[in-house]
Amino acid sequence: MSLGPAGFNRRHGILILLWAALITVPLWLPHVGGYSALGSKILIYGLATMGLNIVFGFTGGLSFGQAAYFGIGAYGAGLTLKFIAPSTPLAIIVGTLAGGLAATILGPLVMRRRGIYFAMITIAIGQLFYFVVVRWNNVTGGEDGLAGFERQPIHLGGYTLPLDQTRFYYLVLLCFTLGVILMRVLLHSPLGHTWVAIRENRRRMEFLGVRTDLYVWASFAIAGLITALAGTLNAMLFNFTSPQDLHWILSGDFVMMIVLGGMRNFWGPLLGTAIFVIAQDYLSSVTGNWMTFIGLIFVGIVLLFPKGLLGMVDRGARPA
Amino acid sequence: MQLLFFNVFNGLLQGVFYALMALGLALILSLSSVINMAHGGFLIVGAYLAFTLTPYLGFWGALVVGPLLAGVFGLIVEQTLVRWLYKRPDPLYSLLLTFGLALIIQDLTRTIWGAQGLPAAVPEALNQPLSTTLFFITGYRMVILAITAVVTIGLYLTLRYTLVGIRIRAGTRDLETVASLGVNIYKLRALNFAAGCFFAGLAGALASGILGLTPPMGDSLLMPTFVAVIVGGVGSLAGAVLGGLLIGVAAGITTTYYPAASEAVIYLIMLVVLVIRPRGLMGKESIFE
Repeated sequence: MSLGPAGFNRRHGILILLWAALITVPLWLPHVGGYSALGSKILIYGLATMGLNIVFGFTGGLSFGQAAYFGIGAYGAGLTLKFIAPSTPLAIIVGTLAGGLAATILGPLVMRRRGIYFAMITIAIGQLFYFVVVRWNNVTGGEDGLAGFERQPIHLGGYTLPLDQTRFYYLVLLCFTLGVILMRVLLHSPLGHTWVAIRENRRRMEFLGVRTDLYVWASFAIAGLITALAGTLNAMLFNFTSPQDLHWILSGDFVMMIVLGGMRNFWGPLLGTAIFVIAQDYLSSVTGNWMTFIGLIFVGIVLLFPKGLLGMVDRGARPA
Repeated sequence: MQLLFFNVFNGLLQGVFYALMALGLALILSLSSVINMAHGGFLIVGAYLAFTLTPYLGFWGALVVGPLLAGVFGLIVEQTLVRWLYKRPDPLYSLLLTFGLALIIQDLTRTIWGAQGLPAAVPEALNQPLSTTLFFITGYRMVILAITAVVTIGLYLTLRYTLVGIRIRAGTRDLETVASLGVNIYKLRALNFAAGCFFAGLAGALASGILGLTPPMGDSLLMPTFVAVIVGGVGSLAGAVLGGLLIGVAAGITTTYYPAASEAVIYLIMLVVLVIRPRGLMGKESIFE
């Protein structure tokens, strides 16, 4: 894993380009056929998949029910705006904490599991929240989804900032950046190195006396927290949220986005998400059978490019 | 009281479908280490094929041939797609592959047969209630219970006493040793996968007479099936049946007292079981941990 100075520079160069591109999205996206909500959506889903990748790609836990925490964040934000107080920051905080709390409470049920068992239990637990939302009509709006709330202007010391589509994108970018900083700090800390070690050889870590279950728990909880943050933003992007935001189909899509981009790479999920969301957006506009094409993408990636796009470029398993 | 009995019986029927699905899922899971997310897809294949064939083969003929074709379809899928993933130890890939298949099957079903529900006809003679007080027990419902009992016992006897069955059971414990003893495990897994899909197809063909035929019906039965397998214990076929029946009846009872929670209750049961018995009711320590 020796990085020559040239490789190091190239890496920095790509990162600078990436951030420059993200900051200028509202300027160039409309010229290449996109719309500004699409940029926000990619960044939001990207934050969700990068958060999921903490437990999935870096700790090695096949979490297949992540949409639950995305949805809890979304409903947490929506219900806060609708019933508690018309405040965007409060909605973000409440939704994020709700999702993080749910993952923290449920973590002990999965933290000792591995492989297939981990996947099955996380899928099934995710569906619990789906049915709670679908059936608790009078609060959540049931199958029709939760509407009737709107993101509110942000008050900054006497100055009011209305959140139009472009300003909202920058709010998303701000949250995304905070999430990225948090994840990178964690992944470069001893905690993050322990996660990767657990992924590589869990039994050896146990023989070394490491309580691996507690580390998996922490990983699961933090992944849930970050995914929930993305969920709150998603609810406010559309001023609407529906049970589909907690459905296991979305969980599967999240995992596919990560695998598509490369799960061993810090930025892989963002790349995979961008491609997946754009492909879905395009396919659903040109064909009624877009689900078949998405399914074919799944099958094709699994059979032909299991390491994902960035996985083919760099072989190392280093965080960022 | 009668309402309770009515709901328990309905729950039992639901549980039978879960149990059939869970049996197929558990078969594939324990021998091939594949979580078949397309299991609901094989269910709708069996159900729709049985529906389409009924005018030609009659009700009983379609009930046999539809699930068998689902099994054949499963065999084709296994031979062309799933097979390539056996050498990858990470269960992630088979999960994603079958997930993609599930999307494709559901979408194509919608294209071929339409998004609207189709009425699956049950012969008039079977639709009569057996008694006036217990109006909800029709001949067809008893047939479902009987067929399920027969195939479940048949599967048990096959696994217990036939050579193929013994090989499958041995393979779930230690596939490498079975292979080194000269058994062609590729054929064994293919056969086993097809059998699992047959059970899904049978669940679909039987369920369509009660639940009707819609493309998402496989989806809605898939998740309770997962719960059935987890509650019963991953790796245990008896546990899969027990888990399916248990959550079906529990959902039925809940419907009597608090209908809104009838779906959530099965997930709550799962959480309780996971806390008390982390390996499920009949699960043993296994390769999945």
